[in-house]
Amino acid sequence: MNWLIAILQTLLFVALAPLLAGWLKWCKCYLQNRKAPSLFQPYRDLLKLTHKQPVVAEQASWLFVTAPYIIFSATILAASVIPLIAVDLPTSASADVIVMVGFFAFARFFLALAGLDIGTAFGGMGSSREMTISSLAEPAMLMAVFTLTMTASTTNLSGAIAHVLNSGLVLRPSFVFALFALILVAVAETGRVPVDNPSTHLELTMIHEAMILEYSGRHLALIEWASQLKLMIYGVLIANIFFPWGIAETFTAQALGYGLLAIMGKLGLLAIFLSIAETLVAKMRLFRVQEYLGFAYLLGLLGMLSHIILEASR
Amino acid sequence: MILVSAYCAVLLSFASGLLALLMNQQHILLTLSQYAVKKCFNDAGHRQDWLNKYLEERHYPAFLRLAVFILLGLSGVFAVLAGLAVLITQSVITDQIALGLPWLPWHVRFDCLSGFFYLIIGIGVCAVSLYGPGYVHSNKEKDHPFAVLGLFTGLFVSGMLLVLLADDAFFFMIAWELMSVASYFLVAFQHEKSANRRAAFLYLLMAEVGALSIILGFGVLASFSDGFTFDALRASSLSTTWASIAFVLALLGFGMKAGIVPVHVWLPEAHPVAPSHISALMSGVMLKVALYGLIRFCFDLLGDVHWQWGVVLLILGTLSALGGILYAMMQTNLKRLLAYSSVENIGIIFMVLGLSMIFMANGHPQLAALGFLAALFHAFNHALFKNLLFLGAGIIHHQTHELNIDMLGGLIKRMPKTSLLFLVGCMSISSLPLFNGFVSEWLAFQTALQVDVLDNGVLRSLIPVSAAALALTAALAAACFVKVFGLIFLGQARSRNSGKAHEVHDKGMLAGPALLAGLCFFIGIFPGVIIHLINNVSSQLLGATLPDDSTLGWLWLAPVSAHQASYSAPLVLIGALIAAGICYGYLRRNPLTVMRRAETWDCGFGGLTPRMQYSSSAFTMPLRRIFASVWIIDEQIYKDTQGAMNQDVTAVHYQLHIEDHSWPRLYRPIACGVNSLSKQVGRIQTGNIRTYLGYSFATLLLLLWVIS
Amino acid sequence: MNIVQTDFYTQAILSMAALVGLTSFLMLGQSRLLRLIFVFALQGLLLTSTTALAAYSLDNPHLYISAVLTLVLKVIFIPWMLRREVLRMNMHRDIQTLSNKTMVMMGGASLMVFSYYVLHPIVQTTSPVMLNALAVSLSVVLLGMLLMITHRQAIAHVVGFMSIENGLFFAAIVATKGMPMVVELGVAFDVLVAAVLFGIFFFHIRTSIDSMDVDLLNKLHEVDK
Repeated sequence: MNWLIAILQTLLFVALAPLLAGWLKWCKCYLQNRKAPSLFQPYRDLLKLTHKQPVVAEQASWLFVTAPYIIFSATILAASVIPLIAVDLPTSASADVIVMVGFFAFARFFLALAGLDIGTAFGGMGSSREMTISSLAEPAMLMAVFTLTMTASTTNLSGAIAHVLNSGLVLRPSFVFALFALILVAVAETGRVPVDNPSTHLELTMIHEAMILEYSGRHLALIEWASQLKLMIYGVLIANIFFPWGIAETFTAQALGYGLLAIMGKLGLLAIFLSIAETLVAKMRLFRVQEYLGFAYLLGLLGMLSHIILEASR
Repeated sequence: MILVSAYCAVLLSFASGLLALLMNQQHILLTLSQYAVKKCFNDAGHRQDWLNKYLEERHYPAFLRLAVFILLGLSGVFAVLAGLAVLITQSVITDQIALGLPWLPWHVRFDCLSGFFYLIIGIGVCAVSLYGPGYVHSNKEKDHPFAVLGLFTGLFVSGMLLVLLADDAFFFMIAWELMSVASYFLVAFQHEKSANRRAAFLYLLMAEVGALSIILGFGVLASFSDGFTFDALRASSLSTTWASIAFVLALLGFGMKAGIVPVHVWLPEAHPVAPSHISALMSGVMLKVALYGLIRFCFDLLGDVHWQWGVVLLILGTLSALGGILYAMMQTNLKRLLAYSSVENIGIIFMVLGLSMIFMANGHPQLAALGFLAALFHAFNHALFKNLLFLGAGIIHHQTHELNIDMLGGLIKRMPKTSLLFLVGCMSISSLPLFNGFVSEWLAFQTALQVDVLDNGVLRSLIPVSAAALALTAALAAACFVKVFGLIFLGQARSRNSGKAHEVHDKGMLAGPALLAGLCFFIGIFPGVIIHLINNVSSQLLGATLPDDSTLGWLWLAPVSAHQASYSAPLVLIGALIAAGICYGYLRRNPLTVMRRAETWDCGFGGLTPRMQYSSSAFTMPLRRIFASVWIIDEQIYKDTQGAMNQDVTAVHYQLHIEDHSWPRLYRPIACGVNSLSKQVGRIQTGNIRTYLGYSFATLLLLLWVIS
Repeated sequence: MNIVQTDFYTQAILSMAALVGLTSFLMLGQSRLLRLIFVFALQGLLLTSTTALAAYSLDNPHLYISAVLTLVLKVIFIPWMLRREVLRMNMHRDIQTLSNKTMVMMGGASLMVFSYYVLHPIVQTTSPVMLNALAVSLSVVLLGMLLMITHRQAIAHVVGFMSIENGLFFAAIVATKGMPMVVELGVAFDVLVAAVLFGIFFFHIRTSIDSMDVDLLNKLHEVDK
């Protein structure tokens, strides 16, 4: 029964990701005084891409063709371990938060290799920048995650969120720092402004887009969906770890329904903040990103030190 | 019985060495074996044909080479069997051999720790012996005689096995020296280039300095006990100061052999120079023997560990891990890069070992067992995937005669099987889930997360910082191996050699790496097998096992408790296959959307050349600029210009030279100091006969005065 | 002491402490003067809310006046004055790039750990909660001094000096549940006078060496090298 809920939740996760992307685009367009496309436009885009014939370069190898499937599967696996509408999932027991970071590393490994596969300069540039940024973001993410896991004394995400939920309304300094650190890291890892502009057309400013420049058809659909899913994953992590109220603790239809409404509300709010930030802030140059991520690491470190100094029992 | 198979392993490797030595007396051997075959098989006709083919004059060398490697492989198989047997039965077997000094025979002890490292050596040797025959086939006999290679390989492997069996200090040092000197000759195998000779000399020098330090460490222990056997050394009781001195000496000696920053400088010089299968053995297996030495010395002989030692190991391990991977990223020579990556992995092992010591000293033996398990498991995994990568590098060198990453490219289409095996190695070393490197990293993080049980505040702040450094190292390793795999195998060929390469014909050269790759994947999915074995090691050595080992089934891995952390690799694999399978089947069902090929997009300018691809220094440029103070960087750009105002740039020359900081800061001052000291001492030798007469006169006066 | 077991007031105090520490770090990393002054004003605002919270929870009306005083001085008046100085002397476009920003930040983090271990012996005499909040306020003082050392602009020195005083004020609120009113007023006026004096001195420094970079004050020596 638990497994069924877990699988349904994963499917819901995958199905809602383009909706979040559509809502984000709607908010940005509203802020920039433009007329937004429909909220369901990303679904139509994905469907259109799957009906097109993928064109692959002559020099590409089998790795280029199979990478989209690998990337999408790894991202789905990462999504399956995170509580979206309910805690106490068996999938969280089979892969904890460190394994989730490992799944992202897996997807990124193959994305970077696919960028290098064609043998053009843009792919190499995208891969090089992406690996640099992710190397610097990993310690910061780990520090933020450590703060959470040391508070809840478990790395199982369901267990950690349940612990936070059951402690009631506690104001933890370490969580304040960890929240900021995780927000900064999420922006860097999902490739939003100010680290990377997801809607740029200039190849020399691309990071994520440069690696997938050669993809088309269903391959591109899978990769686009995977990046929308990754954005949703980070949003759900931030929303459910630090503000877990509303998530279902029992598997009744009513609790699950409330959980769904709660997470959609939280994600909608986060998307509004993200779009405001993206509109107000300009993209940084590449060699400023290390200061940005160093600051995120410092926040994570402060969070951990606050936990050790201010909160933990002797 | 177990001990017999352990002895068999040693004797078989000796035998393979001796057989190789007899290669020079081929004619005698040939007539002998022809005579023996005639006597035994003078009735079975078809069998004689097959043997006769091998006993012909021109095929006989290949047959002998095959026989040498078969003996080596059998040695590996016996080592694996002995190791597994002693681990499963959890026994401790002791023995005495009547060699050595008259009053001090060689003591032999085969317990779980030795058995575990026997297992590591055995798997490595098996893979190398499958790989060997095809690799040495192309060696020119006059320049690189196989007799030398085979003899010293056999001696090297037997030296390593004997180190693991030793139970007294003399036997240990004899076996250690055998291992070091045999590997010196192997490193110096291609001695026609002076750079190779220099690298081999550096290796020998540091090996001997390390051995000296180990002898001093044993000496400190022995001065407090009544003998040199390990039992006597175990029973000795040392004050904290003397124990720390012994620990520092052992750390210096074993760390030098293992490759800890800053005494790692021989590794990137010696490993690229040796033949590839020897580099694989050295990097994958010999470094683990040094680790065995350190564990045996600290956890077994010294007994109670102090937490300060753990902090020292933690800090040194973190520095080695970060330094190793940052230096690895900047290398363009594939084998040098893999050598620096070994420094990184040894650093990770030392870091987790330090954590284990800290937990042990603070009275948490079960968490110490967890750290110990993570360290040993990472050692095992590193042996597997480093062996795999070095053997793959050997295949690449064999086929393309190139080791420079910037001159390779596009090999995935020309060498498909090699590329798949190398990809498995790269994925394992980057700690990606479903492979074995990830499980040991996961266990290391779980160990670091237990920091809340400690009381000391400094440790509670230091350990999370080390864990963050470990995360940074893992991410940088992934970046490095994306670069390695992407530049060597993907894209277009950057040189003619790479463009004309083809897959290896020899099945053995593929079988060795395939065995290792299969093990990497298998242990990544079912780590419980090896963890159960290591649990037996820690129960024998530390006296404690994992907190909750009832949940160590084949499906779940929950080292501390099921509530706290659990990982199920088979379920993850099943989930991944289901997800990928559904996407694949569903999206490809429409025959109209079949994939088609076209030319690469070149922005409409045309004329894409392979030279336009990213090179190694280009890929790592952002990291080079971010972490610029870690290396000594010498970057030069020259432009050839023409035209009246020098406005047309016809060519751009780029030169990048990276130097290790420890050379100008540590080693050159030491070398200068030693030189000046020896010059001072050399002033005794004046060459003037009157001063020599004066010396004798002064000695005579002194003795007369003393006697009176 | 586990944070879940303490009451809401203590949790809020600890969170405020963490945020005040965060503003100190943010000030360390600022390269533009206007933003530095803004973060300093933010620190003052956090102090005001801490004082108000202490006043509400301890039922001490004196602290409300203290909070209002802090608001007027540290959030509105002094930042406004400093901002006016900066704009008048046209320094708001200067960027001070710290040479070693990461090392400075890491040094700040270790100062925080250091201040905790310096105050550790007091744990027997006070409750652990107050120890932790005291440690944060000591680290704010130390970070203020680090700000004065690492920045070259004289305005940054003033802000550093003020944030030292902020740290002391925070310690007073948390540890003694509010200082006596007389002491509070005295300290506040001292700070005000110091700010006015600084303003006058800045004007003179600027006119004599035409820059606010204190390293250039080296020019004002009399002996010829």
